[in-house]
Amino acid sequence: MNVPTDRQIIDDLTFDADELTDFAALQARLVRSADAEDLLDVAYRTMDSPAGRLLLAATPAGLVRVAFELENHDTVLEELAGAISPRILRSPRAVDDVARQLDEYFAGQRRVFELPVDLQLAKGFRRAVLEHLRDIPYGATESYTVVATAAGNPRAVRAAGSACATNPVPLVVPCHRVVRRDGTYGQYRGGPAVKHALLTMESAA
Amino acid sequence: MQPFEAVVAEHGPMVMRVCRALLGPVEADDAWSETFLSALRAYPDLRPRSNVAGWLATIAHHKAIDQLRARARRPEPAADLGDQRPGATPGPEPADTELHGALGQLPDKARLAVVYRYLADLSYADVGALLECSEAAARRNAADGIARLRRSYQEDRS
Repeated sequence: MNVPTDRQIIDDLTFDADELTDFAALQARLVRSADAEDLLDVAYRTMDSPAGRLLLAATPAGLVRVAFELENHDTVLEELAGAISPRILRSPRAVDDVARQLDEYFAGQRRVFELPVDLQLAKGFRRAVLEHLRDIPYGATESYTVVATAAGNPRAVRAAGSACATNPVPLVVPCHRVVRRDGTYGQYRGGPAVKHALLTMESAA
Repeated sequence: MQPFEAVVAEHGPMVMRVCRALLGPVEADDAWSETFLSALRAYPDLRPRSNVAGWLATIAHHKAIDQLRARARRPEPAADLGDQRPGATPGPEPADTELHGALGQLPDKARLAVVYRYLADLSYADVGALLECSEAAARRNAADGIARLRRSYQEDRS
């Protein structure tokens, strides 16, 4: 008979561990243990939506990041690792309620999001802008000038624009409801087409 | 720094190979879980550009040894006594394949050197550090282990 090579022996030893292990179950168990020991600093999942595939990430304080496909989800997770904590695990349960409410929103069955939001990624004036955006009702729009004034600095129109453009939780904090005074849409993390579609959907309701 | 999820995805299979080789399939799940929970706890303090595979293999090594010690303290059920090989060092048991059984029969250093070099894919320098021996000794132990496995392999098939 043939003498087995080192590689064959090693492949045989490796095969069982790789093929017989239920890594999904082990990952789920790790999430449960991490959660029980307060080691799950950021939990995330992805979901499909009419605006493309979305990444939803939450801290124990609430929803901390919604990312569009355009942003590259792996890059976003690396940014969260640096900005918040690298203790990041995929854990659908923590953000399932967010996904459900977003599904309802896209189906035209939800106008207000009822979920805790963690705005720690936005500081100072940007954060004041985001706090104000949460008060713009479904179907309404405001200009960047109005938003800057409401956030406490009428002259900071450009800064209000960049606060909207860098909103860490788009859709839920509705930066898409802020438009230019000339009626054009302005920039959007999900791309101008998505902003247009959201405003069209909301105004039709 | 990589999100921990990416570390689990990249190194999870390697850690499982180590755990299964040291403990067998049943206890390996526990050791794997303990390893990654400990790693998650310490992860934010891991220095940039650390050898993540070596770091995880070290944790897995310690968790597996903890389990082997716990097993040694546990009274064995009477029904299993007939299967005990007197004087055998605690190896993977029950083995899921004959080859894993053969791996469990190797002398400790040869077994661990094979596991860390070939299943965990660590460098001989890392294997030496884990086994507290020189790089050259790690290389000899791994070669010895593979040679013994080859012999048992041939006995199986002959």
